[in-house]
Amino acid sequence: MSDELLSLSCRKLTELIRRGEVSSRKAVEAVFSSIEKTEPVVGAYLSTFIDESLERADEIDSKIAAGKKVGKLAGLPIAVKDNMCTTFGATTCGSKILENFHAPYNAAVIERLLAEDAVIVGKLNMDEFAMGSSTENSGLKKTVNPWDVNRVPGGSSGGSAAAVASGMCMAALGSDTGGSIRQPASFCGVVGLKPTYGRVSRYGLVAYGSSLDQIGPLTRDVADAGLMMNVIAGHDDNDSTSVNEKIAPVPDYLENIEKGIEGLTIGVAPQFHAGADVEVLSAIEDAIEVYKGLGAKVVEIDMPHIDYSVAAYYVIATAEASSNLARFDGVHYGHRTAKPEDYIEVYSKSRAEAFGTEVKRRIMLGTYALSSGYYDAYYLKALKVRSLIRSDFTGAFEKCDCIMTPVSPTTAFKIGENIDDPLKMYLSDIYTIGVNLAGIPGISIPCGFDGNDLPVGLQILTPAFTESKLLRIARMFESCTEFHKRRPQKV
Amino acid sequence: MSSVECKVVIGLEIHVQLLTKTKMFCGCALEFAGEPNSRVCPVCLGLPGSLPVMNRKAFELSVMAGLALNCKIANFTKWDRKSYYYPDLPKNYQISQYDLPFSEHGFIEIPVNSGDAKRIRITRAHLEEDAGKNVHTAGNFSQVDLNRAGTPLLEIVTEPDMNSGSEVRALAIELQRIVQYLGVSEASMQKGQMRFEPNVNLHIIKDGKEYKTPITEVKNLNSFRALEESVNYEHSRQLEEFLATGKTMEMGNKSTRGWDADRGVTVLQREKEEAHDYRYFPDPDLLPVKLTDEWIEDMRSKLCELPLQKQFRYVKEFKLSEYDAGVLTAERAVAELFEGAVEQGGEPKRVCNIISQAGLKLANEAGRSMAELNIDAEGVAAIAKMVEANEINAGAAGAILAEMTKTDKSAKAIAEELNLIQKSDASELEGLVDAVIAENPQAVDDVKSGGKKSKAARGFLMGKVMQKAKGQANPKIVSQILAKKFG
Amino acid sequence: MAQKIDIDQVRKVANLSRLDLSSEQLTEFAGQLSSILEYVEKMNELDTDGVEPLAHCLEVSNCFREDIAKESLGTDKTLSNAPEQDGQFFIVPKILDESNAS
Repeated sequence: MSDELLSLSCRKLTELIRRGEVSSRKAVEAVFSSIEKTEPVVGAYLSTFIDESLERADEIDSKIAAGKKVGKLAGLPIAVKDNMCTTFGATTCGSKILENFHAPYNAAVIERLLAEDAVIVGKLNMDEFAMGSSTENSGLKKTVNPWDVNRVPGGSSGGSAAAVASGMCMAALGSDTGGSIRQPASFCGVVGLKPTYGRVSRYGLVAYGSSLDQIGPLTRDVADAGLMMNVIAGHDDNDSTSVNEKIAPVPDYLENIEKGIEGLTIGVAPQFHAGADVEVLSAIEDAIEVYKGLGAKVVEIDMPHIDYSVAAYYVIATAEASSNLARFDGVHYGHRTAKPEDYIEVYSKSRAEAFGTEVKRRIMLGTYALSSGYYDAYYLKALKVRSLIRSDFTGAFEKCDCIMTPVSPTTAFKIGENIDDPLKMYLSDIYTIGVNLAGIPGISIPCGFDGNDLPVGLQILTPAFTESKLLRIARMFESCTEFHKRRPQKV
Repeated sequence: MSSVECKVVIGLEIHVQLLTKTKMFCGCALEFAGEPNSRVCPVCLGLPGSLPVMNRKAFELSVMAGLALNCKIANFTKWDRKSYYYPDLPKNYQISQYDLPFSEHGFIEIPVNSGDAKRIRITRAHLEEDAGKNVHTAGNFSQVDLNRAGTPLLEIVTEPDMNSGSEVRALAIELQRIVQYLGVSEASMQKGQMRFEPNVNLHIIKDGKEYKTPITEVKNLNSFRALEESVNYEHSRQLEEFLATGKTMEMGNKSTRGWDADRGVTVLQREKEEAHDYRYFPDPDLLPVKLTDEWIEDMRSKLCELPLQKQFRYVKEFKLSEYDAGVLTAERAVAELFEGAVEQGGEPKRVCNIISQAGLKLANEAGRSMAELNIDAEGVAAIAKMVEANEINAGAAGAILAEMTKTDKSAKAIAEELNLIQKSDASELEGLVDAVIAENPQAVDDVKSGGKKSKAARGFLMGKVMQKAKGQANPKIVSQILAKKFG
Repeated sequence: MAQKIDIDQVRKVANLSRLDLSSEQLTEFAGQLSSILEYVEKMNELDTDGVEPLAHCLEVSNCFREDIAKESLGTDKTLSNAPEQDGQFFIVPKILDESNAS
């Protein structure tokens, strides 16, 4: 029974709950029994809230029994990446420095989930401060890929992807700064959507690269991503960079989701395929064939500056991060070194003790890029390159409706495989990073499997604020393939 | 003996706290004092995930100040992060403006000598957030209070155009008047709402060669007096130091000194300008501001005549003294009261006297500003007119004004009630004069005899008449009657 | 081959970043940061003269809030995560050089 419940889509399950055919309590219990079984192997959660979740499920069930109106996510067990502030449980960002940090406020997306009657069952592991592509940089926990426990789940939203893939929640929120939703979604065989920058409020999302960060859903199918977007998208007065809905209205993302795009033109760029594994490439080519079968046309586009996106990204993201992470200093909250000699040591020792190596490395890189004498050569240069990269996308979208690429050059790699070579790890973000630099939306959907039975993700990109179209394009593929229905059996 | 000519050169860095209800980037209320760390929220505490949203009022007040300082207002401005670690700065960066401040290239005119204005150039004015406060108490630790963190500050930087302590003081007073006039700031130096940091050095010509002494930045100045005295002190200290060591300005030898008000000296705080690397970059959490010309003009329309212009105009137009004009223009409410009363027919000098003597005395006694005294221009004009018409004497004006603060009655009604209307009825007064003449034959003889004693005796009789009339006699008419009696 | 960034520069950056790093870490970072920076300099292949830097991908401006007070956290909640506090203030080891403030 419980497995059956968990194999339903979010739309179906919340509909059954709403109709009183299934209780929210049952759904929450099913999720916790799955967590009990799977979590010891996968390690996706940093915290779970069983008592509070059941209590909340009961509240929602009694609201429904009393005939009261309930929200769009009524009774659904959902989990969030642990970089979104919650007044319940800790908000750690996967870092020792925030291990005991209890936020006195909820992130805007948390408020929206709660307002739509979702049940937040727990908070998910991640690379420390979202810096990483494998979740190996978590300072608190190890998460493995549910398809192969010797492999990484991807990152930084590795906990989110692993939990959705292994049925430990119905849907999850992640955050994406350079691919951190799409790449783990691809590695774990789920759907991951990074919305347009400014579409979803960042208020309460612990910042990594503020001009790149965006919250988005990880779900088991495309329409569920639409459902989640219907809840989280929209303007927030507390986030200056969340876009005014008069400028960019928020549509109903489910309304036309089954309607394919007639005369779809797909852009394909050689720069987006360079360096990818053969098996990955062939899965992408097969996927594009499916679209052709649906009447789509393929055009070749030129993205001359995309090769420079990793370079620009690692300057911009780390520069912003070096400043964003300055606040973790052991003075007002977070870890403080045991016996500081003076107040300077409160800073330098607390930070040295509690930040992991990758976080330190990026803070150092970003500080250097902003420091006197290097600003123009690195930071300013990177902003200019960013400008060129955005122009690449703008130009491309004049010729096509969407761009299709692999999400990652490889499928999930082995734990420890890339950890000693930061640059190699950075380069694996090559296909996803440009999207954040340009601020446009991108989705990863399961489009095949490699010889090791590891999922391959197809990345689809559309212009800013066209998530609705993006979801429809993704749904076209999903509606005539079965890849998204496969679940990992190994855990 | 070699010849030494010396000129002191001062530029100012000024912070003015804006008069908003809430902080710059969050909704925490701004009040003076209060429980430590009580007016703090996730934003000004710099909690992870929190984001700043700009206070429109703070921005508009700054633009008004920029316009009043004759600055060029930028059509595009943005926010930058300035990084440094300090316990009262929770994010360890300050949101400020670096390369594109909202205003630049202005000037302020300050009064110098008698009736002249000197123009001091403003380099730039930009907006930034204030830090909290580190409290150093006894013991081995410091305490941090974040109530002030995030308070909107206008930072104004002047060119080194001042050449004496008194000019620096004049600028400070002038700036205070301006921002108070515009409602941009309460600008109390004691409350730290206006803070001045002078950069002082000397340009010395010795034996025909010019030398510049190392620049000193002076901190801890919380009164106009301290500001002036510290500059004067630096003037002599730097001259002495130069004559003793010959040390001149070079890269990196700017020092910071704190003013010790008790001893009247500056004390070295930091020998060398530390190699600060603030790593400014555009704050990605805030959007830039585009100012349309329309918006700027709208801000400009909210300006008023500035105090120094008013002061000069009062001298010219109303023939008031420098001093009186200064008193009347010190506060906008007082100037408005004055102008209102004059508009309603009060004779300017008369109105000036009523306000600057009786009015300000009342305000002082009540410990309030003139604006809070329930005195309106109509009332002041009425009093002035009554004095002018000899219906009351000048001394009665104060009593009427005092009563006005308590009631809503007209000046005339108050004067009647208090029995302050002068007797001008000649026949009634003649009776009094006759009685006095009858009672004081000696004085009458003295008057009639002429000569030395005559004038004094006439005064004596006059006094007696006034006494009999209980001060309510119109002195002009009494004097006319006396003259008639004695020919 | 000479590294892009030497150990003294790394030490300076660590100091600016307020990270108390061991000398092994400094050495390791010197190597890694050098190779990352070398890679990053790939950007120099591009002629960016006359290109507007893009700090924000949103083409929007002028986001303001009105000057209306909201509830603050209050002292207790403000201090609730503090490593050291006395019920009123955050506590830090004595700050001796006040002039370090900006």
